[in-house]
Amino acid sequence: MEIAAKNIDAHVEEEESVNYLNATHTVKSWLLTLDHKRIGILYLLSISVFFLIGGIYASLIRLELVTPRGDLLTPETYNRVFTMHGVIMIFFFLIPSIPATLGNFLLPLMLGAKDVAFPRLNLLSWYIFMIGGIMMMYTLLSGGIDTGWTFYPPYSSIYSNSQVTLAGISIFITGFSSILTGLNFMVTIHTMRAPGQTWFRLPLFVWGMYATSLIQILGTPVIAITVLALAFERTLQIGIFDPKLGGDPILFQHMFWFYSHPAVYIMVLPGMGVISEIIASMTRKAIFGYHFVAFSSLAIAVFGFLVWGHHMFTSSQSMYAGMVFSLISFAVAIPSAIKVFNWVATIYKGSVSYDTPMIYALAFLGLFMVGGMTGLFLAALGLDIHLHDTYFVVAHFHYVMVGGQVIAYLGGLHFWWPKMTGRMYSETWGRISAVIIFLGFNLTFFPQFVLGYLGMPRRYHAYVPEFQFLHVLSSAGASVLALGFFVPAIYLTWSLFYGKKATANPWQAYGLEWQTPSPPPTENFTYDPVVTHEAYDFDSVKEISDARAKVAVTA
Amino acid sequence: MNPVFLQADFQLNPTQASSFAAEIDLFYYALWTLTIVFTIGVAAAAGYLMMRYKRRSMGDLPEHIHGSLILELSWSIIPFILALGIFAWGAKLYYQLYTAPVDALEIYVTGKQWMWRAQHQNGVREINELHIPINRAVKMTMTSEDVLHSYFIPAFRTKADVVPGRYTMTWFKPTQTGTFHLFCSEYCGTQHSGMIGKVYVMEQEDYQKWLTAGGGLTYGMTPAKSGEKLATTLGCAACHKADGNGRGPSWVGIYNTPQKLTNGTTVVADDAFIRESVLHPRAKVLAGYDTLMATYQGQVSEEQILDLIAYIKSLSKGDATQSEPAVLGTAAGLSSVAPTATPAAALATPVGTEPAAKPAVTAPAKPMVKPVVK
Repeated sequence: MEIAAKNIDAHVEEEESVNYLNATHTVKSWLLTLDHKRIGILYLLSISVFFLIGGIYASLIRLELVTPRGDLLTPETYNRVFTMHGVIMIFFFLIPSIPATLGNFLLPLMLGAKDVAFPRLNLLSWYIFMIGGIMMMYTLLSGGIDTGWTFYPPYSSIYSNSQVTLAGISIFITGFSSILTGLNFMVTIHTMRAPGQTWFRLPLFVWGMYATSLIQILGTPVIAITVLALAFERTLQIGIFDPKLGGDPILFQHMFWFYSHPAVYIMVLPGMGVISEIIASMTRKAIFGYHFVAFSSLAIAVFGFLVWGHHMFTSSQSMYAGMVFSLISFAVAIPSAIKVFNWVATIYKGSVSYDTPMIYALAFLGLFMVGGMTGLFLAALGLDIHLHDTYFVVAHFHYVMVGGQVIAYLGGLHFWWPKMTGRMYSETWGRISAVIIFLGFNLTFFPQFVLGYLGMPRRYHAYVPEFQFLHVLSSAGASVLALGFFVPAIYLTWSLFYGKKATANPWQAYGLEWQTPSPPPTENFTYDPVVTHEAYDFDSVKEISDARAKVAVTA
Repeated sequence: MNPVFLQADFQLNPTQASSFAAEIDLFYYALWTLTIVFTIGVAAAAGYLMMRYKRRSMGDLPEHIHGSLILELSWSIIPFILALGIFAWGAKLYYQLYTAPVDALEIYVTGKQWMWRAQHQNGVREINELHIPINRAVKMTMTSEDVLHSYFIPAFRTKADVVPGRYTMTWFKPTQTGTFHLFCSEYCGTQHSGMIGKVYVMEQEDYQKWLTAGGGLTYGMTPAKSGEKLATTLGCAACHKADGNGRGPSWVGIYNTPQKLTNGTTVVADDAFIRESVLHPRAKVLAGYDTLMATYQGQVSEEQILDLIAYIKSLSKGDATQSEPAVLGTAAGLSSVAPTATPAAALATPVGTEPAAKPAVTAPAKPMVKPVVK
């Protein structure tokens, strides 16, 4: 670790060192940047805007559902509101959230590379994403869509009087951004690893990103074909899905879920990677069962392609097909369970810090357990018949998507914030807001499990009065949750201007990204990193710290 | 705020009103128990370890632990065995939900933006309501006139998507009288949340009275009769001659029997096949016949196709009543045809032994049970 020590020596507490943020200042230098770190920041800003818009739609939904009568919005508006909430959150926030922001920023750093394999393609991906996003904003302003994010025909292809074609094209375009990012990352992981950075020395976040990229490359083209087929049927009356035109609506469901179920893993695998990094660093221990955690990501990615039919147990697909899909769905739950148990085991005999990222990681463990276990209810055939298309499903996927993915994203954002911005945020506010989010989240979504079992169907604008109590609880929780998301927005922004300057390695964490200044220079490392240790070898961090202390004393 | 808010009998599950409900609830609570045990277990372990191994100083360097194969195997295999158990229980229930008893009372349902239409075997029709007898298996054969819908009765724990272009099935055996919710649970457009109704489970004799009184019917002809009339109007018999010497196959005795196709394969002439043959006559042609028939798409509604199927089905039962002329009731008419079969017999064999027709009654049916929604 001699080289690393030398490098840190050069940057200890150096004022106004040249880094990727202050290297150039023009707008053009940002919009035409090929630096993966700046592209990561561009994504961060874009998806934050989409998260805000999706969040406003969520608030409208919860406000409407405070009373059983549909008195705040008209049915037409409400249907557009929940559809836009789903479409924006899934395609424009959750899918790009961790891969495109943290992934872009961290992947080359973790590998010890100067950039991704194809920097121009990386910038192109962001532009494609923005074109799709702006088209979706236009869709929203020109009438929106009212089909639900699942776009089931023949409603979407023939009956809906909303901008289905436009929305479909936006998703088609955005998909390419996802495919190209996946491709870029996969090639980067294969070809850009620093000397000594062997596959089994990779941080688990990289394994998570690799599995994610696999799904992005193999799955996304299918959703592209699906929405294109839908657009053809809608505009040219070519019969693909509508039985009146000779098509089959169930075919759409097969095609849609062939992508959209693996897409759930696009959203959650990177989150699992983030949690591995946080728990390792915050306990200062190597992740227990590294190989099991790494391969479980790949297992999830591969088996995730074989379970799509569990969204269709009531659709009239064959009973035996249902049984096969159910069995594989139970099998795919096991790799997730393996991860959870390994994370808990990692804490054993560790040196546990209670910093904000660890609070998020702990929240993730609890919420992901509930999200994962309630998935078993839905994979259980006979029980799913009752639960399908009710609020139980809504609660389940919010536990996985928000309780899992968004919590992991926020944990990761806090964990790497000092690296990305060079500033420390307020630890007190960080912990407070993590707790607010945890409580608000549970109050919002736990009542929805009960609502669903009682029979409250999804996508209802008005409902029978006996469901009101639970809906009011849920809406109350949503206000707490909204506050919880608002607080980090404030203190993180505040930290950019007034936060304490971050050192190269504020958490005393292991990993190449911590062995370069915060924020890193444009070329990532001022030396050529060579990896000589296993992943999470915290002894080597101590060596670096010792070396740095020695240098400081000599100076 | 609604007073329901503070209701004392607040429940965590809907009323158990069908033969499935109790076991599905047991399954549900068993899974919650497992969920709580695992979640609390993981949270308690993580919480305890976090406190026990709290960082003392920034210089702490814990010992390196790589992992343990025994632990990995045990926390992979034990959950997998548990998961297999859950799978088996779920699959068993699914099989039951998919397998209707042969003697079930058959009701046809068509979904349409945004209403549910049900048709009983004696011709009684109702909209957004379903009257059924207690302790009797009821099989619903369903299709949609437009988009996807889903027929969901929470108190029965049953649900099935209603899909245009094909028939789906759900069945249940109500075990409790009362009024229960019927919801459309597959998003179907603007008034999706208005596509709801009531299911009235009645005592057997009350149901018989309701049925004989005509329920909420709009016109009174059995589906088989309507189908026969329609077949005459459309001129089906010109080709589908009963003696089998027509240009099309005879319908007599064809229902639910295997038939050879021109391409050499065999198909069972079931509901779906008949529907397809009406709408897409050239898709599957019986061996020995030409592809002469033109499509009836656009000329017959989904409900009329169900009538045609009922008619063809009635031709397979060696039933004599099929040739009797239909007796149409008038709007104000009273029953002029006394039921020839006992109610129990009518229930046991819904088609064929039924009286020829039921009179039409315009007054809406009153539920014969206290309308307390559960």
